[in-house]
Amino acid sequence: METAIKTSTIKDKLISEFETSKLFLFGDTELRDKAMESFYEQGIPNRKHEEYKYTRVDLMLKEEFNFSTNKNSKDELIEPLKFLKDAYVVIIENGIFIEGLSNLQNLPEGLTICSLVDAVTSNSPVFEKHYAQYADVKSDPFIALNTAMTKDGVFIHVAKNAIIEKPIHIIHVSTAFENTIIHPRNLIVVDENAQAKIIESYETVDSTAKIFSNALTEIVVDKHAIVDHYKIQDENELGYLMNTTQIIQQKQSVFSTHTFTLSGSLVRNNLTLVLDDEHIESHLNGLYLTTENQVVDNHTVVDHRKPNCNSNELYKGIIDGKSTATFNGKIFVRKDAQKTNAFQSNKNILLSEAGTINTKPQLEIYADDVKCSHGSTTGKLDADRIFYLRARGLSTESAKKLLMHAFASEVVNTIKIEALREYIEEKISNTF
Amino acid sequence: MLSIKNLHTSIDGKEILRGINLEIKEGEVHAIMGPNGSGKSTLAAVLAGRSEHEVTEGEVIYNGKNLLDLEAEDRAREGVFLAFQYPIEIPGVSNVNFLKTAINEIRAYKGLEPMKAKDFLMMLKEKQNLVELDVKLANRSVNEGFSGGEKKRNEIFQMAMLDPKLSILDETDSGLDIDALRIVANGVNKLKSKEKATIIITHYQRLLDYIIPDFVHILHKGKIVKSGAKELALELEEKGYDFIKEEVEA
Repeated sequence: METAIKTSTIKDKLISEFETSKLFLFGDTELRDKAMESFYEQGIPNRKHEEYKYTRVDLMLKEEFNFSTNKNSKDELIEPLKFLKDAYVVIIENGIFIEGLSNLQNLPEGLTICSLVDAVTSNSPVFEKHYAQYADVKSDPFIALNTAMTKDGVFIHVAKNAIIEKPIHIIHVSTAFENTIIHPRNLIVVDENAQAKIIESYETVDSTAKIFSNALTEIVVDKHAIVDHYKIQDENELGYLMNTTQIIQQKQSVFSTHTFTLSGSLVRNNLTLVLDDEHIESHLNGLYLTTENQVVDNHTVVDHRKPNCNSNELYKGIIDGKSTATFNGKIFVRKDAQKTNAFQSNKNILLSEAGTINTKPQLEIYADDVKCSHGSTTGKLDADRIFYLRARGLSTESAKKLLMHAFASEVVNTIKIEALREYIEEKISNTF
Repeated sequence: MLSIKNLHTSIDGKEILRGINLEIKEGEVHAIMGPNGSGKSTLAAVLAGRSEHEVTEGEVIYNGKNLLDLEAEDRAREGVFLAFQYPIEIPGVSNVNFLKTAINEIRAYKGLEPMKAKDFLMMLKEKQNLVELDVKLANRSVNEGFSGGEKKRNEIFQMAMLDPKLSILDETDSGLDIDALRIVANGVNKLKSKEKATIIITHYQRLLDYIIPDFVHILHKGKIVKSGAKELALELEEKGYDFIKEEVEA
């Protein structure tokens, strides 16, 4: 028998929160209203949604959540998160840009870093031109929700011809004592012939509650620009991360992105690259190490719209415990995109009987003169290799460690920032 | 050093070794020859500790210890070395890193401190010269993209680095051209000493022109059917394995 009184769902709560808070949020209310309308139509995805069937966000959102973005943590707890010593550091706590904790003194010429709120207040024309132009609210409910409800985040602009030598490190830190949903948002615009290295890390400190972070980053890579982008996802076991990244690349640009998922209860990455002109080069690398009951889901889209572009994608995972990892890689080669080279590879090691890996490459090719390939493998650690190492005196445990490191190294070695590579290597060592 | 008594093994219920008896003393080189399927590689695998092989009867005593009770890694740490017939490729693990890990785990087992980086590098250079191994190969991933000959040379290089007491060379000569065979044999000869012993498993006599055995044993259907001095290998080469089969089955 159905109960007559139904407690309000998370969807209702989000909508009512939006109505009460929207007048206090930055920017264009019309944009937010439209986004909310789109969220209303799409709703929280459940198992009937093809794109979310392995990642049951609806179950994660069954509990009580509120929407506070208050600063909770002590400053000294944030400091250790700045693992790159020589970098411009942006701290975003619970979705709010915290200037006082960031290290943004002496920015070089051509580099602007400020909060989204400040970008709106100062009527930045670059911001106005690009903000919310790429991640389509109709394509995904979490894009819609972020666009409607975001309170803040960072705006980074690298001006034409500027080469920013030091990496820019955006640290998203979640701190909460009550279950919270936040919607951090970033806009990164790298102008013509400019170069930048950007790291986004997702961390938790001093937190005792569940945080559902619906984070969204849009990146514009203008013609001839070179951007090296990293995501380090290392939230705690109460962290839920819904992470959308939308990239648009222009003529002859080079964009490399690397996603390292090291922990977190649930991590869903929606990474979309649009190759919107000719002679573009794109690299997508990913490594996920999952254990216990973790759910990690990487959905990537590479959209080849114009001829003569190259994309190369490599995602690798090591799955342990009862964890579930999903890889869904779509490659579109549009009718105009002749002479496209698009390659994709997903390799997994399943360490436990109870772990699950879902892997699904999807190629949709509408041009006829292209080179595309995809491959996917899932296996155990190779018994012959373990024996070979043991026959040389290594214990079974260190043989396995060595093999897991070797497996991960193919992705780790794509990191071009040495200090970051060392940091990740150490993290991986501690995981195994 | 090594005493094998009445060793019987089976794999997936199929009997392979049917009562091997063999005594090996320090300083000796033993060649084990035999036709395909006679159990040569099984013997090597069992001594090295491959767990798929079930020992159904018999014992193996190595320097006073029951070898069959030891894990594969502990056998290696006690000084048993198997040069694989088919060396395994391990992408992403550099030869150097692998050897450093192996040497330090062996040292830890013996209660020794890890080797100093400088000493390790010196040893690396010295042993590379011994087997004429290209420096580039030493820095590459273990056996990945190596030619057959390079893989075999890499096995002897590892043997030189780990300095085992008992070396088992499982068809190390197969797939080697005469130049590579000389280099490998030369390396093995330089590593020989009064305290060490070597078992050479081979199908052909040629390697034994370069590494002179003290004893030659002929394995047939899981048993040593004939033992003798190095001349036995020549006789075998001349008459072929059929002569053994006829002799045994007569």
